[in-house]
Amino acid sequence: MSFDIKKVRDDFPILQQRVYGKPLIYFDNGATTQKPLPVIEIVNTLHRQSNSSIHRGIHYLGEQVTEAYENARKTIQKFIHAAQPHEIIFSAGTTASINGLAFSLGERFVREGDEIIITEMEHHSNIVPWQMLCGRKNARLKVVPFDDNGVLQLEKLETMMNRKTRLIAVMHASNTLATINPVKDIVSLAHRHDIPVLVDGAQSVPHIPVDVQDMDCDFFVFSGHKVYGPTGTGVLYGKEKWLDMIPPFQGGGEMVDSVTFEKTTYNQLPYKFEAGTTNYIGAIGMAKAIEYLLSTGLRSIAVHEQNLLHYAVNKLDELGYITIYGRAPLKTSLVTFSISHIHPYDAGMVLDKMGIAIRTGTHCAQPVMQHYGIEGNIRASFAMYNTLDEIDSMIEGIKKVKLMF
Amino acid sequence: MQLYIPMDQKNTTDIQEDIINEFEMYDDWMDKYNYIIELSRDMPVIDVKQKINANLINGCQSKVWLTAEYDNGKVVFYADSDAVITKGIITLLIRVLSKRTPDEILDTDLYFIDRIGLRQNLSPTRSNGLLAMVKQMRLYALAYKTKYGPKPVN
Repeated sequence: MSFDIKKVRDDFPILQQRVYGKPLIYFDNGATTQKPLPVIEIVNTLHRQSNSSIHRGIHYLGEQVTEAYENARKTIQKFIHAAQPHEIIFSAGTTASINGLAFSLGERFVREGDEIIITEMEHHSNIVPWQMLCGRKNARLKVVPFDDNGVLQLEKLETMMNRKTRLIAVMHASNTLATINPVKDIVSLAHRHDIPVLVDGAQSVPHIPVDVQDMDCDFFVFSGHKVYGPTGTGVLYGKEKWLDMIPPFQGGGEMVDSVTFEKTTYNQLPYKFEAGTTNYIGAIGMAKAIEYLLSTGLRSIAVHEQNLLHYAVNKLDELGYITIYGRAPLKTSLVTFSISHIHPYDAGMVLDKMGIAIRTGTHCAQPVMQHYGIEGNIRASFAMYNTLDEIDSMIEGIKKVKLMF
Repeated sequence: MQLYIPMDQKNTTDIQEDIINEFEMYDDWMDKYNYIIELSRDMPVIDVKQKINANLINGCQSKVWLTAEYDNGKVVFYADSDAVITKGIITLLIRVLSKRTPDEILDTDLYFIDRIGLRQNLSPTRSNGLLAMVKQMRLYALAYKTKYGPKPVN
């Protein structure tokens, strides 16, 4: 399948605008991606024509939207190659998925003195919920370090696992270092010790194919809004056996089987984990975004994005005053860097006025910044609709910034 | 009540108008920023010994340190930042608010920020510490007013 960048760009209305009189260059895709027309349209159409609470109404609209919602679940199931549709739990996003899992898994399996293993490169969303759990249960959090290239030191992981380890939580791809972690190897290592693994796919799903059965992870989470879908949507995938073993993280409507004031029994999967009225329109929109991604072609998107990454890294290196953080051999299409003697905030403010949207700061990964002894840096993260010309503009912008300060 | 304003000092409104006029000379954003960078060099920089965490205003993007002295009925501010643009903007704030009585500081509506197009630098979403800085300047004024101002009569 050939990749038609012009056609792709035409599908994203937000990219057509100018900011401060300059064409918008959107390089903040690691934070959130823009939405293609099919996603915008389905969210609009559902609100205009089909809105009705799912799984409750016996009426026409209720049935229509329920069917669309359950089809969305199947789309997601196929997308990440889950064995069963009911292993797909809709959530409000990666953060919500991890917090929910930390609660449920913790209630069932974590006791005083137990251990949870995470890595030094995790996003705060995959640190804080585990820290909170450890606080509640008097458990210990252990951290697998990465080397200066941004590669996890897996030999350290081997020494950390023991009979007290209850979970390993690791990101599939880093939001600061861009490293794609060898999650399949980590899972196989963990399973030798009967330890379940959660993989945070927030930064991988938009860029690389995911097969949870092949990876054999026990849990996988991602956000809809980072993969061209609506905000406030996401997924918690769990193997059926695990989802059956752990209690719900929220109580409310839909998640129950029967309720008396003495005792409540829970609904079956996946509804046990979908309390209350879910963001069903968002979930359907997210599935539409996945369909868009698949029809554009995961492989051709990956080729295009890798091209952008290598071009950007080379151009930045050529400048001679840029420090790039993260030199792992396998990376997704983002790069974080600093400009010698220039505060990231100053650079970001000036680039913004050139119409270039990049992110500055710690990117919700302060331990990564601490690793390199910096307060923050600049991140340019690329998506399918970005171009080499846009990277040239950013490089020209950085040259101007360098002259200004 | 009429405030006594010495002849050699402009009031806060005059200074804000001056700043607005200065920025009106530049219609390009790059020129505006270059001017802000230039201004950053005029800042009454805080003593290095005062650049401690206690004087740090929490902001996610750039660090801002602020201290104040009370001198002859007026509040004098000193500050610093690790980002140049932030520093330039603080210099403007200090130009308007430093060496003023607590009442002047508390009564000043900082409308110049909007007029020169720097509103986004003060918005809470930017969380770069500048909004917190203005708040802190007013807090200093309030504290000095409470400590040294006329006491309420019972």
